[in-house]
Amino acid sequence: MSQRQVLQVFEQYQKARTQFVQMVAELATRPQNIETLQNAGVMSLLRPLLLDVVPTIQQTAALALGRLANYNDDLAEAVVKGDILPQLVYSLAEQNRFYKKAAAFVLQAVGKHSPQLAQAIVDCGALDTLVICLEDFDPGVKEAAASALGFIARHNAELSQAVVDAGAVPLLVLCIQEPEIALKRIAASALSDISKHSPELAQTVVDAGAIAHLAQMILNPDSKLKRQILSALSQIAKHSVDLAEMVVEAEIFPVVLTCLKDKDEYVKKNASTLIREIAKHTPELSQLVVNAGGVAAVTDCIGSCKGNIRLPGIMMLGYVAAHSENLAMAVIISKGVPQLSLCLAEEPEDHIKAAAAWALGQIGRHTPEHARAVAVTNTLPVLLSLYLSAESSEDLQIKSKKAIKSILQKCTYLPALEPFLYDAPPNILKHVVGQFSKVLPHDSKARRLFVTSGGLKKVQEIKAEPGSLLQEYINTINNCYPEEIVRYYSPGYSETLLQRVDSYQPLIN
Amino acid sequence: MATLARLQARSTFLAQQYYFRNSVVDIFRKKEYDAAVKIQSWFRGCRVRAYLRHLHRVATVIQKCWRGYLGRQQYQLIVKLAFCSMKMNLYNAMAVRIQKQWRGYRIRKYCFNYFYYKEYLRAVSETNDAIREALEEFAEMKEREDKKADLERKEKKKGYEARKMHYLLSTKQIPGIYNSPFRKDPDPWELRLQKAKPLISQRPKVKKISVSVSNWPAYASPQVLPQPKILPPIDRKPCQGPFRDITEVLEQRYKPLEPTLRVAEPINELQAAREELRKQECMRNIHDDMFLPFSSYNKNKKYIPLMHSSSKYGPDSYGSQHFRDENPTKWLCNKEIKEDKI
Repeated sequence: MSQRQVLQVFEQYQKARTQFVQMVAELATRPQNIETLQNAGVMSLLRPLLLDVVPTIQQTAALALGRLANYNDDLAEAVVKGDILPQLVYSLAEQNRFYKKAAAFVLQAVGKHSPQLAQAIVDCGALDTLVICLEDFDPGVKEAAASALGFIARHNAELSQAVVDAGAVPLLVLCIQEPEIALKRIAASALSDISKHSPELAQTVVDAGAIAHLAQMILNPDSKLKRQILSALSQIAKHSVDLAEMVVEAEIFPVVLTCLKDKDEYVKKNASTLIREIAKHTPELSQLVVNAGGVAAVTDCIGSCKGNIRLPGIMMLGYVAAHSENLAMAVIISKGVPQLSLCLAEEPEDHIKAAAAWALGQIGRHTPEHARAVAVTNTLPVLLSLYLSAESSEDLQIKSKKAIKSILQKCTYLPALEPFLYDAPPNILKHVVGQFSKVLPHDSKARRLFVTSGGLKKVQEIKAEPGSLLQEYINTINNCYPEEIVRYYSPGYSETLLQRVDSYQPLIN
Repeated sequence: MATLARLQARSTFLAQQYYFRNSVVDIFRKKEYDAAVKIQSWFRGCRVRAYLRHLHRVATVIQKCWRGYLGRQQYQLIVKLAFCSMKMNLYNAMAVRIQKQWRGYRIRKYCFNYFYYKEYLRAVSETNDAIREALEEFAEMKEREDKKADLERKEKKKGYEARKMHYLLSTKQIPGIYNSPFRKDPDPWELRLQKAKPLISQRPKVKKISVSVSNWPAYASPQVLPQPKILPPIDRKPCQGPFRDITEVLEQRYKPLEPTLRVAEPINELQAAREELRKQECMRNIHDDMFLPFSSYNKNKKYIPLMHSSSKYGPDSYGSQHFRDENPTKWLCNKEIKEDKI
C-alpha cells in the first residue's frame, strides 16, 4: 500500500467527523430529535470532539452541545457531569472568536436551568474568562458572554454577587453603549438580572453609571431593547427610596410615558412596572409621578390592554392612592376609578381582580368624598359579589372584603349603601347600618327617603344581639323617627293590631 | 387680890352658870348645826354655780371668737379658690377661643387651603389632559410612520412584481392582458409595467439553511460558523531528503499574495496621473462658462448661413439622419447587440 492510500483513510475520517458534528448540530435545532440524540449517546460522542485537532470540528461540537443543553436540564447536567466545563473554560480564553461564541453559548445553555448548574459553572472559574470575553472586539462574542453572565446571575443573590465580584458590571455598562442593538439588549437584560436580587447589587449597578445610559435609550425604536431597558430600570428602582430617586433624577419622566403608548405589550407592561416601582416608595415620588401626568397615562394604558399587562398599572394606581388623600383625589380626577371598576368587572383572572379591588379600597378609604367617587361607579355590588362568590380565591375574598369595609366606613352616599341592607352578610351589614346611623340624624331628606325606600323596615327586621354594636346603631336610627313610625314598620305589627281588635270592647250605647 | 378673891368666889357660880348655859345650848346645838350646814351648803353651792356659769359664759365667748376667726379664714380660702377657678375657667375659655381661631386659620392657610386644593386638582387635571393629548399625538405620529413604512414596503414589492411581470406589457401590435381593447382606459398595472424596468436575469439563489426554531440567538445560528472549503491536510511524516518542514511549505503555499511595490503599482499610472491632474484643475476652476460678449453685440452682427445649409436644394441628409435610431434607455441589457457578420 502506498503512503497516499494510508493518508486517504485519515482524510476520510476527518471528513466524516466534520460531517457528523455538523449533522448533529443541525439535528439539535429541532426539539423532536433531542430524545433520539440523547438515547443514541450523543454526549459521550461529542465530548472527545471538543478536543479535536481541527478547530472547525471543535466549534461545531461546542455549538451542538450548547443546543442540546439548551433543551432540558438532564442534558445540561450531563454536560456538567462529563467534565466538559473546565475544557470549555480553558479554551474560552485561548481560542478564536467562533469558538468563544460557541463555548459561551454552552455555558449559557447549561447555566440557565437551575442554580446548582449555574453554581457548577461558577465553580469552574468560568466567570473570569467570560468577563475577559466581554472585552473582546467581536460584538458576537460580547453578546454571548453577556448572555451567559445574565443567565447565571438570574438565579439568586449569591450567583449575582459572584458575577459582580468578577467585575462584570462596568463592562456590561460599556456593552450598553455599543452600537449593536442585540448586544445592548442582552447587556441590559443582564444588568436587570443582576440588580433584581438585592439593594446592594442594584447599588453596584448604579455606581457603574448604568442609569444614565439606560435612561437615554428609552426612546430607542427597537421595542425588544425598550423592554429590557425598562425592566432594568424597574429592577433598580424597586429596592429603596434612594435608588428610585436616582432613577427619577435621570429625567426619565415625560419620556417613559410614551412607552405606555407603545405597540409592544411587554414594553407597556415594563413601563408601568417601572412607574409602579418608583411610585410605591414615598408620597413625594408619587406626587412627582402625578405631576408628570403619569397617572393619566397609566389609566389610559390600563384601558388599552388586557390581562397581565394591566396588573402593574392597577397596582401603581393603588400605591399612589394609598399614600395620601390628595394623591387619591388625583387618581380620581384622572378617571382612574371607572377604569379600575371596568378591570374588576371584565378580567377573568382572580389575581388581577384582587389587585383592582385593593386599589379601589385604597382610593376610597380616605374621606367621604373619595368613597362617594368609588361608590357612584357602582363598584360596591361587584366587590360584594366577588367577596361572596365561592369561586373567587381566598386572597380575592380577603382583598375585596377589606376594600368594602374601608370604603363603607367612609361612605355617606346613601343610594349606594341601600342595596347592601338587603344582601350583605352580617359582618358587612354592621358597617352599613353604622353609616346610616351616622348620616340620618343630620339629614331630614335622607330620613324621609330612608322610610319610603323601605330601608327602615329592613332595619327593623335585622336581628341584633342586645348590647352589640349593631343594636346600638339600630337604636340610633330608631331614635331619628317618631315611635309610631318605628312600630308601624316593625315586623309583627299587624298581628298586634289584630289582637287589639280582638280584645277591644265595642262601645254600645 | 380682891378681884381674884371675887372671881374665885364667883367661879363656882360661874361654873354652874356655864354648865347651865351649856346644857341649854346643847339642846339646840344639833339643830343649829344642821341649819348652819344647810345654809352654808346652799350658799356655797350658789357661789360655785355662779362661778361655773361665769366660766361657761367666758368659754363660750372665747370659743365664739375663735370659731368665728377660723370660719372666716375658711371662707376666705373658699372664696379665693372659687375666684381662682372662675378666673381659670374664663382664661381657658378664652384660650380655647384663641386657639380655635388660630388653628382654623393655620389649617386653612397652610394645610388645607381649599382654594389651593382646588387649584391643585385643576392643575393635575390640566396636566393630565396635556399628557393625554401629547401621548395621543405621539401615538398618531408613530402610527403614521408605521403606515408610511408599510406603504413604502408594499410599493417596493409591487415594483418588484411589476419588474417580474414586465413581459405582460402590451406592444403596439398585441395588447397585453392589462390593456384590454374593450376598456376605455388601460389597467393601472399597465402604467406600472410601462414604468418598470424588466428583471434581467435571476441568479440561482444560495439556498439558506432553514432553522425551524426561530428563537436561536444570532451567535448560535448555523450561518456563523466558518465552512471551510478544503480541510487542512492531515499530519504526514516528513519526506526523506533535504526538504523543508511540511508545515512551512504549506504556509508558503497558502500564504496570501504580497506583491512587491513595483508589481503593486498600476500599469496605467500615466493615465491616472493625467486624470488626477485634470480633476484638480477642474476643481480649481471657478467659472465654467466662458466670458461671453455683450448681448447687444450679437444683434448688430448679421447671420451668415453656411454654404452647405444655404443651398437652395436643401440640406444634405447624408450622415445627419439615421433610419435606425438607437434609444439606449429602452435597452433590455447593457451589452450592445453585435450584428452578425455575413
